[in-house]
Amino acid sequence: MTALLEVEDLRVAYGKIEAVKGISFSVEAGQVVTLIGTNGAGKTTTLRTLSGLLKPSSGKVVFDGRPLGSVPAHKIVSLGLAHSPEGRHIFPRLTITENLQLGAFLRKDKAGIERDIQRAYDLFPILGERRKQAAGTLSGGEQQMLAMGRALMSQPKLLMLDEPSMGLSPIMMQKIMATIVELKAQGTTILLVEQNAQAALSLADRGHVMETGSIVLSGSGRDLLHDESVRKAYLGED
Amino acid sequence: MNTLPQQLANGLFLGSMYGLIAIGYTMVYGIVQLINFAHGEIFMTGGFGALTVYLALPDGISMWIALPAMLLGGALVAVLIAVGAERFAYRPLRGAPRLAPLITAIGLSLAIKEAVFNWYPDAKTSRVFPQLPFGPLHLGSVTVQSGDVFLILAAPLCMAVLGFFVRFSRTGRAMQATAQDPDTAQLMGIDTNRIIVVAFAIGGFFAAVAGLSYGLKYGSVAYDMGFLAGLKAFTAAVLGGIGNIYGAMLGGLVLGIAEAMATAYISDIPGMQQLGGGSWAPVWAFVLLILVLLFRPQGLLGERVADRA
Repeated sequence: MTALLEVEDLRVAYGKIEAVKGISFSVEAGQVVTLIGTNGAGKTTTLRTLSGLLKPSSGKVVFDGRPLGSVPAHKIVSLGLAHSPEGRHIFPRLTITENLQLGAFLRKDKAGIERDIQRAYDLFPILGERRKQAAGTLSGGEQQMLAMGRALMSQPKLLMLDEPSMGLSPIMMQKIMATIVELKAQGTTILLVEQNAQAALSLADRGHVMETGSIVLSGSGRDLLHDESVRKAYLGED
Repeated sequence: MNTLPQQLANGLFLGSMYGLIAIGYTMVYGIVQLINFAHGEIFMTGGFGALTVYLALPDGISMWIALPAMLLGGALVAVLIAVGAERFAYRPLRGAPRLAPLITAIGLSLAIKEAVFNWYPDAKTSRVFPQLPFGPLHLGSVTVQSGDVFLILAAPLCMAVLGFFVRFSRTGRAMQATAQDPDTAQLMGIDTNRIIVVAFAIGGFFAAVAGLSYGLKYGSVAYDMGFLAGLKAFTAAVLGGIGNIYGAMLGGLVLGIAEAMATAYISDIPGMQQLGGGSWAPVWAFVLLILVLLFRPQGLLGERVADRA
């Protein structure tokens, strides 16, 4: 069986500075795969390239049997690849409902969209309570829920989450991580980028450690969690 | 007829025209953060497009039949030029430093003006524009010229349709998303290039309505009519809060009324007898702009920059 997402020797550069220096990894359907690493390791750049916002300088990306090389960003989501970006990027002056509707921008099944909006409210009850409120008025954690809910509205085959726990209180972070576990249990395939290595590795099937644009270590979530170098570098142990 | 209601009405008509043009500045700025300084010229070509259609129609045709055709012709020309400017002048410069598209816009503005001046028949001086076939209306103490009747009907109608479109249509929702966060809009599956074209096209259409109104109001169109009108409409857009369509219309009305008031009454203030009259009107318009920029830089309906982040 071929993987849902296959990345091969991907390189991305900003001008002359190469941010991603030839990485390869794959995501199987039903898996949660995480990319961990410090700031500037190239994790966000990798996700932005997969969703077409950045163009790779070389390498190959095959998603669901289709090469993504020249597919423009706005067509990627229709292939089943949804991206909840770093920093949440909800539409601040639109309501919560309108944000969710935009997540389903390319879908035509009105009844299905309504049902999925309801499902997002079931997953995140606070969003349902505030559905008519401008999204910019939500707290950081609530905005993160909205960003995840919005990404799910496209009924993706693969959900990419970029730093969902960034800047959140510990309680809110636990909530978000619990949601990811719940989505995983429902069979959602997830590519998770996180700086919180502990949380990410404990729920991931596979993990890849990135350093300055390269993958330096790969393994199952459990193995990486117990790897000495990972514990030293990312889990704050001496 | 120098009564206060009359001056308010004059300001309202003038302001409606500024507002129609200002929509084009504000929509384009809201979506691509570009000041399209060629927009005044797009307004001018809208007027000439309408005139061209009128001249092509048989002599003596009723204005009631000619008017819709003129509107259509003017709109076609203005929209094509606006969309063409986006496609061939601005799009290649997307991502370039902001100064590059700005200079391009000024160059484009000169080019369009010179093209009309040199190649449109007899456009070296202003060309006579047909008038609506009824005299001025008298509403109480207020006199409304026939050209202003068109303006006062067309401006609110266009505005209402636009407001409805942006708020409720699928494309309108996509425009809002693109204005607020273009990258994320693409992640939703929105073709932002198409949205940018739509913004230019709507701006072009509104400019054409304004160009036709100008001809009906002043009885002529001229190759250089876009300069001052464009500058004032830009002022109106900033005044109302650039990026906000209701702000553009409000800014236009405030500017128009302020101009009319200043023209009529400034000379009554002791010591300012020399400063009244129409030739000083642009001065007061720009004084108003400076005051707004000093005390409310985000404009009347604009949001603070922090809210946009």
